[in-house]
Amino acid sequence: MTLLSVQNLTVNLHRTPLLRQIGFDVAKGEIVAVTGESGSGKSLTALAIMGLLPDTMHAGGAIRLDGRDLLALDEAALCGLRGNDIGMIFQEPMTALNPVKTIGHQVAEAYLIHGAGSKAEARIRARDVLARVGLPEDHFPLTRYPHELSGGQRQRVVIAMAIALRPKLLIADEPTTALDVTTQAQILSLLKGLVDEFGMGLILITHDLAVVSDVADRIVVMKTGEVVESGLTRALFADMKHAYTRKLFAASGHVVDLPLRPAPSPLLVVTDAVRDYPVPRRRMFAPATRFRAVDHVSLTIQRGERVGLVGESGCGKSTLTRAILGLEPLQDGTITLDGEPVFRGHAPNLIVRRKIQVVFQDPFGSFNPRHRVDRLITEPFHLLDTPPTGEAREKRIAQALTDVGLSPDDARKYPHAFSGGQRQRIAIARALINDPELIVFDEAVSALDVSVRAQVLDLLAELCRKRPLAYLFISHDLSVVRSVTDRVLVMQQGRIVEEGDTKAVWTDPQHPYTRQLLAAAPKLPPISGAQHADRTP
Amino acid sequence: MRSLVPGIVITVAVILLALVSFVWTPFDIESLDVPNKLLSPSGAHLLGTDHFGRDILSMIMLGARTSIAVAFVAVGIGLTLGIPLGLWAAARRGSLLDEVIMRGNDLIFAFPALVIAILITAVFGPSAVNAIIAIGIFNIPVFARLSRGAALSLWSRDFIMAARVCGKSSFRISWEHILPNIANLMIVQGTIQFSLGILAEAALSYVGLGAQPPTASWGRMLADAQTLVSIAPHTALVPGFAIVITVLGLNLLGDGLRDWLDPRLRVARL
Repeated sequence: MTLLSVQNLTVNLHRTPLLRQIGFDVAKGEIVAVTGESGSGKSLTALAIMGLLPDTMHAGGAIRLDGRDLLALDEAALCGLRGNDIGMIFQEPMTALNPVKTIGHQVAEAYLIHGAGSKAEARIRARDVLARVGLPEDHFPLTRYPHELSGGQRQRVVIAMAIALRPKLLIADEPTTALDVTTQAQILSLLKGLVDEFGMGLILITHDLAVVSDVADRIVVMKTGEVVESGLTRALFADMKHAYTRKLFAASGHVVDLPLRPAPSPLLVVTDAVRDYPVPRRRMFAPATRFRAVDHVSLTIQRGERVGLVGESGCGKSTLTRAILGLEPLQDGTITLDGEPVFRGHAPNLIVRRKIQVVFQDPFGSFNPRHRVDRLITEPFHLLDTPPTGEAREKRIAQALTDVGLSPDDARKYPHAFSGGQRQRIAIARALINDPELIVFDEAVSALDVSVRAQVLDLLAELCRKRPLAYLFISHDLSVVRSVTDRVLVMQQGRIVEEGDTKAVWTDPQHPYTRQLLAAAPKLPPISGAQHADRTP
Repeated sequence: MRSLVPGIVITVAVILLALVSFVWTPFDIESLDVPNKLLSPSGAHLLGTDHFGRDILSMIMLGARTSIAVAFVAVGIGLTLGIPLGLWAAARRGSLLDEVIMRGNDLIFAFPALVIAILITAVFGPSAVNAIIAIGIFNIPVFARLSRGAALSLWSRDFIMAARVCGKSSFRISWEHILPNIANLMIVQGTIQFSLGILAEAALSYVGLGAQPPTASWGRMLADAQTLVSIAPHTALVPGFAIVITVLGLNLLGDGLRDWLDPRLRVARL
């Protein structure tokens, strides 16, 4: 039975159409995934259904929930509807919760706002619903604050708030994007269980096709404000009609064609690295305690070798990266590059710095917004004794920009003139300009859309073909690590628990944690449809 | 935008008034004209005369010069000492140096500014220079704290990390990357401190600890006029309004600049 029916939904900003003729249905107990890349209008569709569009936007068409047209309702009626009949879950659980209120209070508030009982009743029901989402009171008292919970637990609180009043329809906007793979699997199965139990309709908005294929009953594929294809998950994956769907699918499972690695000759050697952080004292005069973020880690990266580092948040990946980059001293152990220590005495070793560069995750935070591209990418020249000037400098800039698929004319532009994928290319240009031996990619493609990600990964392979480039690729996304690395290291709680050839680790994981990670990762269905899809350039 | 334009208009008008006084004032304020004392505003004396028969408009123009000069130098002291201290503390965040700088700031903050200003002028004698020093010292912690806070949030950004990977020293990073990105915040705060400086100068002159006669000063004009309010109200109203309008103009300018320089709001405007 149809619960929600979106018909010919159009949204205009002034005169510019943002959504065109969107139409799909959600039945009771059904999970409908709305998928597409950034800018496709997925989130806007959700906001339109909630009646939360900004005032400057105008919606047309019809959104019927149980036969009532939501677009025809006034704000007061919509307020009664939100929370009661429609619940929403957001991407970032930390910002969706009020940091100064306890979780019990926030969930109870959902009842109180809609006048569903007294304070005492609301508290009891909050306790029950928190227990239902996996936060039983004896382990997670209602008096906990959001900052005392992990990311996955916070997302459970957000879900508890959304389902508190048993809404008929639940909208989840990228509910697992900010979470680790194992947590993601738990949250998805929780959502699935709730849908089955309550007979809710769930609209799952996500960019991740693998997530979609695991849980959704039906899929709606959107592109630039239009629905390009929709249908039952299995049928749609088996027979993708629209070129965009095929492209999206191909890009998600994109396999990079890496060149062979050169003969082994050690480049970066980490021996027994230990990094401690002091933990703030709980009481005055309490003994100083330390947290061991990196615990006796040893690893070797050969010349021209592509190594992946996988682990969940808090496992010590970032700390290890900073130590390798020579940004922080170690408490014990050594890190050498070409036999030279990365950190000497109290200062980083500049000879080593020249041979190592880094690309960060956030394409928007990686650049000083007030500098032009030429100045940004020539920043590593600071490490040279005689930085090139004049024509030589221009030539190096043009070369670096061409290498990453940009035009030399882009040198005079500011970073805000570029898209996320282009910025990540600029970041790679900056990393390449000194011809380093080793580049560290710290979640470098995690913030990118799948098709852009595929292009950047292809760029990496192409760069490896041109010169013997070694890199350390740090990511929580197992499918990406699998496609662009020769060897993989798995890190858990500051230790490397498994290492080996990427293929071998994937086919025959030895450590239980690796098996757990691989099992939790959502997988694309093995469908031949991707093979005859257009390869992205 | 709504406050930027009136802010600019008022501020520019006051500065022009002060600049014109260098080359021309309607009357010479150093020669007394007692027979024409306490005249109401008229064609000859646009804003009337005071108890010595001096032209009030001329005194307002010269007083604007004093106020602006004192506030400008005082804000300059705050900017040139406070920002480097704040950036230094941020670059060595968590260290003993950071502690020392910031607790030193707290120490200055702990004293009421005007009381210390009175102390300084009482020890070194009242003069415009001592007023500048007194006001300037209290501007240092304002800028130090603000720049440290803004710099701290920048230090955790990836582009700073990238600069560190390129081997740049924290001094160089502060100069190249941090300072340009906190500049707009400092400009806005500078405008607000400027108006506070004008108020502080007026207050010090009012109690006789600022610029000494014959230098004209709005605060002292108010002090001189307070016994005459009932017979010649304009002698108190004119300098009072001069202070109010100038401070208002600078605050509007500060608010307007803050909105205008904020990149998030600028994007929305485009």
